[in-house]
Amino acid sequence: MNTIDNPVFERIKSEIADNDVVVFMKGTPVFPQCGFSAAVVQALTHMGVKFKGIDVLQDPGLRQGVKDFTNWPTIPQLYVKGEFVGGCDIIREMFQTGELQQLLTEKGVENTPAA
Amino acid sequence: MPMNPAEIEGLIKQSIPDAQITIEDLRGDGDHYAAYVVSGSFKGKTRVQQHQMVYQALQGRMGGELHALALQTSAPPES
Repeated sequence: MNTIDNPVFERIKSEIADNDVVVFMKGTPVFPQCGFSAAVVQALTHMGVKFKGIDVLQDPGLRQGVKDFTNWPTIPQLYVKGEFVGGCDIIREMFQTGELQQLLTEKGVENTPAA
Repeated sequence: MPMNPAEIEGLIKQSIPDAQITIEDLRGDGDHYAAYVVSGSFKGKTRVQQHQMVYQALQGRMGGELHALALQTSAPPES
């Protein structure tokens, strides 16, 4: 599939360009529909990070498209300043080691250091 | 069709022969595992790239047959 004229890729590109922090997830930040998505939302919320949650369950094309976009087979997926950071495992590991907070700070994304 | 640990290990070893793999069955349902993979080929790669190597080794099963694989990867410590 050519990546240029793929409408889903265009939507993904605009979402991650328009929002500093984006999570493609199952469900919504208030009602996550999957434990892994909930874990990423919790980490971001714990750090006081403003982010946009996009529910891929509402759009099967997006659900598959985001996996093709990053060649990453699972949901959730976190993007910071347009860059794919990782899925649940990586975010959890980065949260625990403090790398997530470091990345956010380096990218100029407001966050409160974990207590 | 859930997978068993030996299958997962076999697939990873096929693509990453020097991998040292530890697999934990999280729920006993053949669908939720944790895997710790250490390999010299991860050296100099980001976590995302390391995980992508493991997912490629699983030949598309990740997210399909294999619903959940909590993955941790690292290069071996500098000896």
